[in-house]
Amino acid sequence: MRVMVFVKATEDSEKGFVPTPETTAMMEAMGKYNDELRNAGILLTADGLKPSSEGKRIAFDGPGRRVIDGPFAETRELVAGFWLWEVKDMDEAVAWVKRCPNPMPGPSEIEIRPLYEMADWQE
Amino acid sequence: MTAGETHQAIEAIFRIERARLIAGLARVVRNVDRAEELAQDALVIALSQWPGTGVPANPGAWLMTVAKRRAIDAIRRDKMRARKHEEIARELDGEVDDTPGMIEAAMNDDLGDELLGLIFTACHPVLSADARAALTLRVIGGLTTDEIARAFLSTEATIAQRIVRAKRTIGKAGLSFEVPRGAERTARLSSVLEVVYLIFNEGYAATVGDDLVRPGLCREAQRLGRMLAGLMPEDAEVFGLLALMEIQASRLPARIGPDGALVPLTEQDRARWDQLLIRRGLDALARAETLGGDGPYALQAALAACHARARSPADTDWPRIAALYDRLRAVMPSPVVDLNRAIAHSMAFGPEAGLRLVDEIADAAALRNYAPLPAARGDFLFRAGRLAEARSEFETAATLTRNMREAAFLLARADACAENC
Repeated sequence: MRVMVFVKATEDSEKGFVPTPETTAMMEAMGKYNDELRNAGILLTADGLKPSSEGKRIAFDGPGRRVIDGPFAETRELVAGFWLWEVKDMDEAVAWVKRCPNPMPGPSEIEIRPLYEMADWQE
Repeated sequence: MTAGETHQAIEAIFRIERARLIAGLARVVRNVDRAEELAQDALVIALSQWPGTGVPANPGAWLMTVAKRRAIDAIRRDKMRARKHEEIARELDGEVDDTPGMIEAAMNDDLGDELLGLIFTACHPVLSADARAALTLRVIGGLTTDEIARAFLSTEATIAQRIVRAKRTIGKAGLSFEVPRGAERTARLSSVLEVVYLIFNEGYAATVGDDLVRPGLCREAQRLGRMLAGLMPEDAEVFGLLALMEIQASRLPARIGPDGALVPLTEQDRARWDQLLIRRGLDALARAETLGGDGPYALQAALAACHARARSPADTDWPRIAALYDRLRAVMPSPVVDLNRAIAHSMAFGPEAGLRLVDEIADAAALRNYAPLPAARGDFLFRAGRLAEARSEFETAATLTRNMREAAFLLARADACAENC
């Protein structure tokens, strides 16, 4: 099964990447972790997202389309990065996320969401 | 980590560590069976301790240490037993028990190298291709015998026996569980890649059973291919095979029609091709080409990539495909490659070019009674306007195929020739 794994944003990630000894060490740890994922054969793709101040939202209302510029509120609900993994089940995904280095300087969250698969549509 | 870990969570961690654990242990105890048992023992201990203590910071190292300790204990016990025999024989000497130290040293080897060593051993040419596939799925993929049996539509007993025999053969041959070097490495690597591609194809073009594809096996092979690419980042053919599998797998969602029949490449709904896998495949192919990839897998991947890049069948770069077949023929000579080459040339340079090439191989023994040969020839003749000859070729092809749907398709083409005669 495929899962998308989201690194949720924090006040720090919303400030954008600032090279400090701390963030450099984190990037290094994350690089090692990504190597592990790759060597286990589960990593399909991954990327980091720029802060929401560089993003835009398009609000839909019937025929209406309204563009809203970032940054966006509800920081902790935003996404700062993602992986796409091919795993056997959710337990495996959870086990892998647990060994991820904390992606943020402070408390943070990672969320796992399974993708719909062909079989889910065949009712 | 918190205490109160469930068994399910612990087993998930174990699954992640299992192959490396077995690899590390096998190199020491020189016995796959024993290594599997030791790994399993370590799991049992984890299941009894982790719910109380929480998962250790480095669960892989923890499991390895526990398994190692048990291996050493067992060796000590054996030594004691041996020593008692010696005492009885009044031959007590000052022998030093250095085995645990030796084990310690061997355990500190690079883990990635150990895993690769286990893969090379499970895919050793002393084993039959079927045995290699079953053993690889068992010890590297972590599939149960039952899962492997279902994947190969065999019985659990047959697969279990196949694995037992394979392990025994490895033991008898005294294989070292090490990664071969030099010229031997090249030969052994092709045996590894062959097994991975065999597993993939068993899923992609199921040779037995009612299902035309079994995507689970494809995924397992892709996972193995990705692992190998991580472990051997300098081998062009490893990336060639990975690229080939990723691109072929990208078509899985489009390969079976609503009626359950195989849909030929040119008629597939390309919107259903998995673009993520195509991109991964093209990336792997680029890596293979950077490494000088000119082997059979890299060339087949390059062929698959030509189709993956084409937005519609009409956009297909047939001259490039024809050129790739010219090269593939040199490194992987086979009448089937020759036939596909003729088809590619007919698409690139017209039906006469195809006819010329197909007539060169018409006498090949391997192609006698091979339905795709008259089918291709019929197609060339049809496109050249020689309808009466085309009709007879399609009819011949229809009698040769064992696939009823294909026969119907060929007969329909024969009828179309008759109508236009």
